Amino acid sequence: MNMSYHQARWARGDRLEPLVFELSSKDRKGIRLPQKLPARPEIPDELIRDSLELPELSEPEVVRHYTRLSQMNYGVDLVFYPIGSCTMKYNPKICDELAALEEAAFIHPDQDEDTVQGALELMYRLEHFLSEIGGVSRVCLHPSAGAHGELLGMLLTRAYHSSRGEDRSDVIIPDSAHGTNFASGAMAGFHVVIIPSNNRGRVDLEALKAAVSDRTAALMLTNPNTLGLFEDEILEIAEVVHEAGGLLYYDGANMNGVLGKVRPGDMGFDIVHFNLHKTFSTPHGGGGPGAGPVGVVQKLEKFLPVPTVEYDRKRRRYYLDYDRPESVGKIRSFYGNFGVLVKAYVYIMMMGPAGLREVGETAVLNANYVMRKMADVRGFEVKFNGPCKHEVVFSAEPLKRETGVTARDVAKRLLDYGMHAPTYYFPPIVPEALMVEPTETETKEELDRFVLAMRAIAEEARSDPEKLRRAPTRTAIERLDEVKASREPILSWRMYKNRAKL
Amino acid sequence: MVHQYIPNVSKIRKQMMDEVGIKDIEELFADVPQEIKLDRELRLPPPMSEPEVRRHLSSILSKNKPFTRMPTFLGGGVWPHHVPSHVRSVIHRSEFLTSYTPYQAEVSQGVLQALFEFQSMICELVGLDVANASMYDWATALGEAALMCARVTGRRKFIVPEIISRDRLSVLQNYTSGAHLRIVKIEPEKDTGQLNLKKLRREVDEDTAGVYIENPSYLGFLETRVDEIAEIAHKVGARFVVGVNPISLGIIKAPGDYGADIVVGEGQPLGNPVNFGGPALGIFACRDDEKLIRQLPGRLVGMTTTRNGETWGYTMVLQTREQHIRRERATSNICSNEALCAVAAAIYLASLGPTGFRDLAETCAANAKYAMDGLNRIDGLEAPVFDSPHFNEFTLRCERPGLSIEKFNRELLKHGIHGGKTLKKEFPELGETSLLCVTEIHTKEDIDLLLEAASRIVK
Repeated sequence: MNMSYHQARWARGDRLEPLVFELSSKDRKGIRLPQKLPARPEIPDELIRDSLELPELSEPEVVRHYTRLSQMNYGVDLVFYPIGSCTMKYNPKICDELAALEEAAFIHPDQDEDTVQGALELMYRLEHFLSEIGGVSRVCLHPSAGAHGELLGMLLTRAYHSSRGEDRSDVIIPDSAHGTNFASGAMAGFHVVIIPSNNRGRVDLEALKAAVSDRTAALMLTNPNTLGLFEDEILEIAEVVHEAGGLLYYDGANMNGVLGKVRPGDMGFDIVHFNLHKTFSTPHGGGGPGAGPVGVVQKLEKFLPVPTVEYDRKRRRYYLDYDRPESVGKIRSFYGNFGVLVKAYVYIMMMGPAGLREVGETAVLNANYVMRKMADVRGFEVKFNGPCKHEVVFSAEPLKRETGVTARDVAKRLLDYGMHAPTYYFPPIVPEALMVEPTETETKEELDRFVLAMRAIAEEARSDPEKLRRAPTRTAIERLDEVKASREPILSWRMYKNRAKL
Repeated sequence: MVHQYIPNVSKIRKQMMDEVGIKDIEELFADVPQEIKLDRELRLPPPMSEPEVRRHLSSILSKNKPFTRMPTFLGGGVWPHHVPSHVRSVIHRSEFLTSYTPYQAEVSQGVLQALFEFQSMICELVGLDVANASMYDWATALGEAALMCARVTGRRKFIVPEIISRDRLSVLQNYTSGAHLRIVKIEPEKDTGQLNLKKLRREVDEDTAGVYIENPSYLGFLETRVDEIAEIAHKVGARFVVGVNPISLGIIKAPGDYGADIVVGEGQPLGNPVNFGGPALGIFACRDDEKLIRQLPGRLVGMTTTRNGETWGYTMVLQTREQHIRRERATSNICSNEALCAVAAAIYLASLGPTGFRDLAETCAANAKYAMDGLNRIDGLEAPVFDSPHFNEFTLRCERPGLSIEKFNRELLKHGIHGGKTLKKEFPELGETSLLCVTEIHTKEDIDLLLEAASRIVK
């Protein structure tokens, strides 16, 4: 392996790049404002602010500071980013460029509908694209993220059951699910029932049958699941849940693995969320903004949030429909993360139907290729047989048994090889889990490099385990004291100054 | 067809399939039941090249009338401000743009430090010690604040003003319904619009988890008796929650300085475009009180040192509150947030600095006052409707018989102006009223155009 790599490190004394407050110099300013108009606002004295502590910098200083910070950050444009369940694929630049156009970025949600026909048309068309892709009847574009979509899904579930005069309390979730599922179910007031996976890494049908009852409101399921395995008994699962009167909720985090191949609606799901920042390639922005539209089957349409976007064929005009008496109302302000919706729309237009299928197939081929190549690397194993979908979960348990080195150490060492770490210790049902999702936008050469790096790391674990425990050393900073960080949290410059005084 | 984003084509693909031991890609989907496999192509438009998609999108979007080409007086939750070029340029650095949540701190110091700086500057603005790394928007931040009050106090009632955006109220109700919170609305004083304190006193009790106000309010006026409200809330052991447009805090007292325990708000105006309402940027801050901190929703970035104690750095902290660890007992389900918008806000605030930020707030308020006075001088119009001080938003009532506010706005549109937001659906009792917003982007010409058009319309 070529080890000449080192991440940028901007440092001064015991700090990396100083905090912006420490770069401040009196009377500097980075933005010049227009002249204010001659009028005196009547703010009462007791409400007037007397001081404000913000840093004082000129524009070039601000730009240099944040550009330096950006260099101490891994992004997909820089490195292989195989973080499982996160689908960190390449984000086409054209999408960002078009979303930044004035006609998209500088329109107000309360403008007269006649002046935003383009925005409404785009949302209307995107809704139809996603409905077709998910095999559902309608899609609400409002949710800001996957978890937000889950919360909406749970509110829709409740609305549906109460409309039938039923008070159902339980949401069933497999133990391999994303943490958000449990939290979303609980947030919506449901009792969360956790069922174990079987020895094939899939939903245990018997456990599911034992768990369903007339209290069952829904089953939340990710398919392919977090082990990267397709729930091949999905039709039986759907039958069990539907027979008990429950709904089936689809967590779309892993949709990249079945894109264009099989649709959640056809699997029997009633509610489906899409992660536009995963499957549809909108950039993740260091944690957001994303978008988590929610699709539903016909019987749930009437509960969707207001407003929906409709088209008046006679008048050839798009409009917002608030007149939906059974709607659950709002789950956020306005109509969703429009800026993200534009990017996903452009992505779908660029890919076309065959392109999207190719995304699904190649993502799956790439993951299986990595799984196959890793089979020859001693120290890692795959717990479940058969082909995976878009991601594969390795267990570093053999390596740990042999060398004492953990999955975390392996992941941290991978950072030194100029790659992002896989997700580790998730799903919790696999010991020393390393969850790898290569995505369709990586080359075979890069996948080979990853396998080589894993092999080299396994060797290092045997020859010099201490090196892995110290890793990473070629990044902007070494491992941080996370325990101290949470025991005595310093969450702002103010808190830091207060602590320093003590 | 070879796709430009998918590098493993034909020969390479074949090679990989050989390695995997398959002849047909379908073998990898053998576990998908045959009867549900999609046996056709998705019904979507055929793929486009870049020039085609650019033309296609331009043609759709050209039907929009952005407020960069004609003045808008719309606010009401997201507000038109100038987005400095350097803010846009820096957040488009692909190391920021294309990075994931900074779980791997060692390779994510950039976004972690930027978020720490965002948290720090929000703390300075609102006058509290702790802020999280963002919520989706103001409305969801409010929902989370109510839930947090309930967790901290073990109580179920959450008090809000009657004058609040109906959308925000709906979000609040949806966020709190699972926890069975009771949302109670307090009527305003008729003349001032401000919270009726007599009614508030009557409503607060041993079951009150939180008292919420907005300052400036949804309809633009200021709550002037904030110290009293804080006292009323605290007396019964409730938490005091304040919602803000952060720009106002350039001239208006920080809520932390008048007793707020939690501050929420909409951070969009801090360097982010309006974007048809999203992405937005939910602000969430609280006191340095362990009981509150342990109950915070969302991601928090903290400062710490390397394990050998030699170098300071940043990492996400108190993750045991969060869904990926605590699952159904997490403080919130939020995972993806609005990190990049928070970075934009950090760059924006660092660029304005204390005097720039005060100037900005003063300019917004002065420009709004200029517009308000001008409109109020027009026979047949009243602005503002409420007898209270205002920041940069205000109500405008059309009192000309036979002239509805919708008609008034349609006429403004003909004059090349996006008028205010009609309030008839939300507050029918206010009559023919709309909500207007003025900021630093409005020139004298913009406002004079509005005044001229308005006087012509009501004549």
